[in-house]
Amino acid sequence: MSTPVIPAPRRAADDPLLDVRDLVVRYGPVTAVDRVSFTLEAGETLALNGPSGCGKSSTVSAVLQLRRPDAGEVRFEGRELTALTERELRPLRPRMQPVFQDPYGSLSPRHRIRDAVAEPLRVQGRWDDANGPARVAELLDRVGLDPAHGDRFPHELSGGQCQRAGIARALVSEPRLLVLDEPVSALDPSVRAGVLNLLAGLQEELGLAYLFICHDQAVVRHFADRTIDMRNGRIVRG
Amino acid sequence: MTAAPPDTDALLSVRGLGISLHEVPVVNGLTFDVHAREVLAVVGESGAGKSLTARALLGAAPRGARVTGSVRLRRPPGSYDELVGAPAAARTALHGRRTALVPQDALSALSPVHPVGDQLAAAVRSVARVSRTEARARAVAALDRVGIADAARKARAYPHEYSGGMRQRAVIAMATINEPDLLIADEPTTALDPDLQEQVLRVLGEQREAVGAALVLVTHDLGTVRDHADRVLVMYAGRQVEQGPARRVLDRPAAPYTAGLLASLPPGEPGGRGGRRRLPTIPGAPPAFDRLPPGCAFAPRCPLADDRCRREEPRPRTAGDGHEVSCHRPEDVPHPATELFLERSV
Ligand code: SF4
Repeated sequence: MSTPVIPAPRRAADDPLLDVRDLVVRYGPVTAVDRVSFTLEAGETLALNGPSGCGKSSTVSAVLQLRRPDAGEVRFEGRELTALTERELRPLRPRMQPVFQDPYGSLSPRHRIRDAVAEPLRVQGRWDDANGPARVAELLDRVGLDPAHGDRFPHELSGGQCQRAGIARALVSEPRLLVLDEPVSALDPSVRAGVLNLLAGLQEELGLAYLFICHDQAVVRHFADRTIDMRNGRIVRG
Repeated sequence: MTAAPPDTDALLSVRGLGISLHEVPVVNGLTFDVHAREVLAVVGESGAGKSLTARALLGAAPRGARVTGSVRLRRPPGSYDELVGAPAAARTALHGRRTALVPQDALSALSPVHPVGDQLAAAVRSVARVSRTEARARAVAALDRVGIADAARKARAYPHEYSGGMRQRAVIAMATINEPDLLIADEPTTALDPDLQEQVLRVLGEQREAVGAALVLVTHDLGTVRDHADRVLVMYAGRQVEQGPARRVLDRPAAPYTAGLLASLPPGEPGGRGGRRRLPTIPGAPPAFDRLPPGCAFAPRCPLADDRCRREEPRPRTAGDGHEVSCHRPEDVPHPATELFLERSV
């Protein structure tokens, strides 16, 4: 069951892209994440492993600052996120994007795929009528969708196509870090490998860092450079 | 389609089973047998029609469904009950006594307003003339058998007081308590945590053995097949793609679809930095059943497809001992099929 631990490539002078130190998340009296520390480099995939309730989901929520941690540091691109106000975080959020398990749930059923992919730019006030459409078209193509898919609604696409659209949407704001939370678990077996290949290709091309949660150990062994095992909120190996 | 006559030795004999939903054909021409005490895995992706098939095997197709062909449950000696076209009352009588369902979602199978033990006891009394006390004792024993600790106390608890894994065990206890001949389990572990899935499958296997039932295990997971099934039936787009002994089908799949599914599973070893060693894939996605292509349903995704495949639907033919495939070109499937499914683009 063990994944060989491949040491992270370390550039001596450089800070890692993500540096998590002594992270603590509590829910009332329960300590869901108990002094968890790890680093992640650009272009690297780190898997968080462990049974449900082990604290991996709370860890990624705290990394994304969706749930502010109770203690510890989250350094991302050299900035300490826990010290920032919501307003100060706003310009950094596009650089860390989640991709979730349910491909349909993460896209609004009332938006055409093209608009769903463009939406983050609109929300961030970065949409530009001159270049936006071409950027969206380029991304759809990059994730393996036809231009015609852009005009469709999520329910008109297969699960795999929807997940590809979700990845395009995560990429539109030019992130450095993707948090992949069971990204292929809801997909049909015959389309799973294609989405994994796509993610691997994007990482190679764009130097993305992936924080990866997946219960399928064969997928983890194939996909992750390093693995951290968690139990009861703590790192037990990695 | 109904080439072979029903197998009179088989516990369950399915011939040319077809299911339409609101006039749209979803399942077509399924022909297979399940023998006593045998475990048959029915494998397919979403839209393959496997859940509908499972329900039809119980004589419980949903509203709006039209079932054709034949589903026969052997009634010793030498006679059988035909489920297709049988009146509802006759089907209901069989269900619970001779057949039982282990559903995907335990909550839907248990009533929220009665203690679990009462529900099991009621199931006992629905088929056997026994006293309340006796039914109750059997209920507690059944919960104990599936590994529920402190079963006597737990029998008095309500389903919401059970954890997900315990609930699924209770449902297995319920399905096996009347010692049916045939169990149908429809994705019995998909609603569970991954760490619990293997455990629940093991309990299901043990209980099946204990009561001597045959099992039709519907799953989308080929991994489950090797460990838990004797035979496997692979479905795609409502058709049978291939069937045979589980080991043989997994080791030497005769259909390109099965070969592609197997090839695309991560081999369980590091795939180079960031998984960059490409996995073989099946291009495209399963078709919606109202948009099936002509000829072989898999042709748009099949690297071996030729003109004949696009024109003519393949009929089942033999691919070795007890192994049957619906494909025009099974002899062209390489082993392993890795190269065949390595994608060129993306
Ligand atoms: S019949 Fe043709 S298209 Fe269908 S699976 Fe066989 S080779 Fe492929």
